[in-house]
Amino acid sequence: MKKWTPYLLVSPYILHFAVFVAFPVLFSVVLTFHSWNIISPMQYIGLANYKHLFKDRLFWQAVWNTVRFLLVHIPLQLIVAIVMAELLNRTVRGASFFRAAFFLPVIVSGVVVTILWQQLLSFNSGLLNRLLAALSVPRIAWLDDPAVAMYSIAVMATWKNVGLYIILFLVGLQSVPMQYYEAADLEGATNWQKFRFITLPMINPTIFTVVVLSTISGFSLFVEPYIMTQGGPMNTTLSAVMYIYRQAFQYYHMGYSATLGFCFALIILFVVIIQRRYVEQEV
Amino acid sequence: MLLILAAVSFIYPFIWMVSASLSSESGLGDLTLFPVGFTGSNYVTVFTKIPLDRAFLNSSFVAILTTGLVLVSGAMVGYALAKLDFAGRDWIFYLIIFTMTLPFQITLIPNYITMVRFGWVDTYLALIVPFALNSFSILLFRQAFQSLPQALIDAARMDGANEMRIIFQILIPNILPTVLTITILTFMGLWNEALWPLIVIRDESRMTMPQLVTLFSVGGRAEGQLGVKIAAAVLLAIPIVILYLFFQKHFIRSMASSGLKD
Repeated sequence: MKKWTPYLLVSPYILHFAVFVAFPVLFSVVLTFHSWNIISPMQYIGLANYKHLFKDRLFWQAVWNTVRFLLVHIPLQLIVAIVMAELLNRTVRGASFFRAAFFLPVIVSGVVVTILWQQLLSFNSGLLNRLLAALSVPRIAWLDDPAVAMYSIAVMATWKNVGLYIILFLVGLQSVPMQYYEAADLEGATNWQKFRFITLPMINPTIFTVVVLSTISGFSLFVEPYIMTQGGPMNTTLSAVMYIYRQAFQYYHMGYSATLGFCFALIILFVVIIQRRYVEQEV
Repeated sequence: MLLILAAVSFIYPFIWMVSASLSSESGLGDLTLFPVGFTGSNYVTVFTKIPLDRAFLNSSFVAILTTGLVLVSGAMVGYALAKLDFAGRDWIFYLIIFTMTLPFQITLIPNYITMVRFGWVDTYLALIVPFALNSFSILLFRQAFQSLPQALIDAARMDGANEMRIIFQILIPNILPTVLTITILTFMGLWNEALWPLIVIRDESRMTMPQLVTLFSVGGRAEGQLGVKIAAAVLLAIPIVILYLFFQKHFIRSMASSGLKD
């Protein structure tokens, strides 16, 4: 083996890293200090983009929308995934069938899931409102009511992703040694106590993984609101990525959309670090 | 009991989707398992309105070629990191970890500008090259190669094999499960990706399936014809669902390993 062989082997990575990671990160910092519509020359504008961002109602709206999304999405995801994993863990017959069923939405495109749910949630003929009507409950404007629309998307996203998290929790549950439960039974522990003091600490790393992955997916929402609501009603489903997209490709504000991307990335890293501290201390 | 109810709520919507796509427009509102007023006209209409057959070929071409490139580049870099000793190796490893934690929102706009500068907008290159290598698959390859005995490599070197032959002819056959995992994850990710194509492709004849279906369903061309829109969604889902039916266990295992990475 020649001395430069290892470098030749890693050269694709170095090249890719330089062009698609290092350069864009540095260039995005440069862009945040400029105004640029991609056609005329870049114009240095100092901190104007950042100043504008702090006063930009839509930026804060997108942050707030993401927070509202996560407040429903994360707890729902955890509860459904843990309950289903517990049930699957006890089921012997047909477990693989159920697993396969829960996993179906995970593998198809978000585009498919969104078009499907758009019909399920439609005001006049959607499945959900038909069920409500059958129970003589008034119909709900799942996608047209500003107070409801983002939560509808959060429920849809849970339906799409939860299959993966059921599997992750199932792996976690199966790693808990049976002796722990047997010992707890001898001590006369209740089911809740067994869950709280044996199961929960053992699956804590999985909970952390699910919280982080869900957070990242919340900040990455795009096709779901794009197809479902185009960010409406009244921008209540405008997501972070959608707002970056809108600024860049509707208004051609390259400098400002780079600033948005940069700040959203900082927020994501910040939130994930906080979650690491908090979730790992918990339990 | 709860399980069955849950399973129904996961499967029924898909069945409804297929039967709705085969129903006439007036029968669409019904919640049956079977098509109402059976007709294939929605599918015929989709193809007359958008070049979905072309998009299918584009998607297949891009996803297959890119997955191949990810496997080759991932194996090369992963092997070097796992089995070779050279200055800067740990640095590269840290860079890969760093890249994985970097939110894509920060690179989205600059990468688009790079595509414009390269003149790659509206070309397959824009869909392939940025995805031709990914950090996660390098790490998976690295892990897999580390588990193989050094003796295998030493013996091959004695026989005069060069490093490329060692990687692709001698080592790869021993880590086929890893290859399958990376293939599934990469292919699925590429097949379903809609955001990046929406940014770099405007020419309809170069569009991928998820992109075309997205634009079709928001663009008003499907207006008033829900059945057509649903038919487009079914066509987008079919290829990946077929693969899933064949490789179900591998899909689940691969996805689980991607979630358990940290």
